[in-house]
Amino acid sequence: MASEVEETLKRIEGQRGVVGTVVCNADGIPIRSSLDGVATAQYARLLRKLTVMAKSAVRDIDPQNDLTFLRLRSQKCEIMVGLENEFLVIVIQNLHQ
Amino acid sequence: MQDAFFCRGSNETVLFVQDKEDGMEHGDEWDEWSHGKTLTKPPDQLELTEAELNETFTRILTATNPHAPQNIVRYSFKKRSYKPISAVDQMAVHFVLEGNLLYKDSDEARRQMAKQEVEEEDRPDSAASKTGKKEQKLTNQINFCERASQTLNNPPRERNCQTEPPPRCNFSAIANQWEIYDAYVEELQKQEKNKEKQKAIPSKKDDEDDDRGKKKMILMETQTQSDDLCKMAKATKILERMVNQNIYGDLAIDFKYYEDCSDEFREQEGTLLPLWKFQCDKAKKLTVTALCWNKKYQDLFAAGMGSYDFSKQGRGVLVFYTLKNSSFPEYIYPTNCGIMCLDIHEQVSYLVAVGFYDGCVAVYNLKEDGQQPVYQSTAKTGKHTDPVWQVRWQNDDMDGNHNFYSVSSDGRVVSWTLVKINHLFLVGTQEGKIHKCFKTYSSQYLETYDAHTLAVDAVKWNHFHPKVFISCSSDWTVKIWDHTINTPMFTFELYAAVGDVAWAPYSSTVFAAVTVNGKVHIFDLNVNKYEAICQQQVVAKKTKLTHIEFNLVHPLIIVGDDQGYITSFKLSPNLRKQPKMKKGEELPKGPEVEIAKMEKLLSLLREPEASAV
Repeated sequence: MASEVEETLKRIEGQRGVVGTVVCNADGIPIRSSLDGVATAQYARLLRKLTVMAKSAVRDIDPQNDLTFLRLRSQKCEIMVGLENEFLVIVIQNLHQ
Repeated sequence: MQDAFFCRGSNETVLFVQDKEDGMEHGDEWDEWSHGKTLTKPPDQLELTEAELNETFTRILTATNPHAPQNIVRYSFKKRSYKPISAVDQMAVHFVLEGNLLYKDSDEARRQMAKQEVEEEDRPDSAASKTGKKEQKLTNQINFCERASQTLNNPPRERNCQTEPPPRCNFSAIANQWEIYDAYVEELQKQEKNKEKQKAIPSKKDDEDDDRGKKKMILMETQTQSDDLCKMAKATKILERMVNQNIYGDLAIDFKYYEDCSDEFREQEGTLLPLWKFQCDKAKKLTVTALCWNKKYQDLFAAGMGSYDFSKQGRGVLVFYTLKNSSFPEYIYPTNCGIMCLDIHEQVSYLVAVGFYDGCVAVYNLKEDGQQPVYQSTAKTGKHTDPVWQVRWQNDDMDGNHNFYSVSSDGRVVSWTLVKINHLFLVGTQEGKIHKCFKTYSSQYLETYDAHTLAVDAVKWNHFHPKVFISCSSDWTVKIWDHTINTPMFTFELYAAVGDVAWAPYSSTVFAAVTVNGKVHIFDLNVNKYEAICQQQVVAKKTKLTHIEFNLVHPLIIVGDDQGYITSFKLSPNLRKQPKMKKGEELPKGPEVEIAKMEKLLSLLREPEASAV
């Protein structure tokens, strides 16, 4: 199972425009990343804060609901965050072909 | 009386005693005194002149106390400095005697007098005289006596001890809607656990279940703790699709919304818009031998890879793609032998039947892990000796078992039950004949059609009209039949060997065919009975197209070729025309309309009885 996920992440990293992926555990510590240390730490820290706030907002409106994905589209790139079992998977992709 | 005074004005201190009355009597003594008086000077007496002796010195007597200090300072809190006191107390006390006199009208005095009266009752005279003299005394309204006494003041002593301060930490929390909800849910779970525990005590059976349940829970927890990446499986899968959506975003939009406007200008013809192209590393150099859409999940389709070339037989692979991810298949099952045909069960959409080049059939269950089929036929169970050309699922039999049929060039039609209907089926053969058979009469053909001059590549029943079927062959023709009539109703010449033909699911008169020169032909008999309404070269000329399938819901077709590629196309509006009705009438939907459409066409042909070309 772990190897399948690893393969999927490698395929994602090989797709056109993808800058890198970061996987964080429940404490916000990156456990696997394709970016360098500084960028990894930055993405992990900032996106963890954002997802906590987003999750709080969603659950505040309806406590039985929960956040599953977060897509942040900016001028240059798109940051996609998937949440599962308190883990975070972050994918950064450049938009312009 | 004697007066005595001192005169200190002179150097000599002389005592003058004036004895006025008894001067004579004491004269003798005084004479002695005065005679005997000789000036005796002390040795250290000052020598002063007469003038100096007569000098008068004035002495002023004041009321100031010479011993009182003159410069007492007190600290003033107002001015925050030491300030001298303006008036110093000058009273000098020479003698103090505490008296023992009491004021007569005071309480103490009265008490004492009362005591004395009691004592002096024996002496009446003194008491009587005293009581007679009682005067009216002025009473003092403020009648008080201040009394104070000094007690021993214990010297104060300061005592303190310092403890280590308890460790402190700041705690802050926000009371959100979901925090409250979570707290309630936890409370509820605790209560339920308590209830379960209480129930478990009386019956032993429940104990076992609980234990098992608890063990399962513990197992689950350990699993979740140990595997890190496995938990992300679902999320990463969807992220991959999101990335694909970003890359192929235009295609997705075209798929949903683009309609070729130029169709308005073309009378009957239509076009095909190329969309996603699916490929897989494992499927390179393999020919697409089978395609099938999944009926339950309309974006999922299966492709079987193998080879039609007798000499180049090797491995095969069964892949499942979804339109949402064109870069990698959802499921991959590599096989030892090339796949020739496949079919996905209509109701149980995770069961896939596959026919191989070596004559085996296999059933794959998509829900199960592992790359092996759940069932594979062997020589013992009666596998074919020649390649299996077609497999088809049937409805579950009366016992609810799944069953499917397979057709092979060894001449056998085999029904497989996956544990174990009077159905009509057709078999196309290598020689170009089509046989019609009943399931129950397994030994005989009901009817044979001399369909083609070369091998029949595909035979398909019309989705709507129960009597119509279509066949295609390497003899460059596509023929449409009514199974009650021996000769074809329609024949179409396509100028190249036809690999596959498929009916459209939305219309009884539309079908598509693919040829080996890389072209797709789409016909609509309602529109044009003689020519294709769309003929499009979709791949390079050298590539042979092997299979074609319509999507059941979307206006999409997938085409497989012998290079291992599967390309998807969107059908332009002209290709999906619904029959026009007069204004005001509702468009009748449903299979009856389609059947009627086909019937109308066929009736035109039946009258002449001659084969319509």
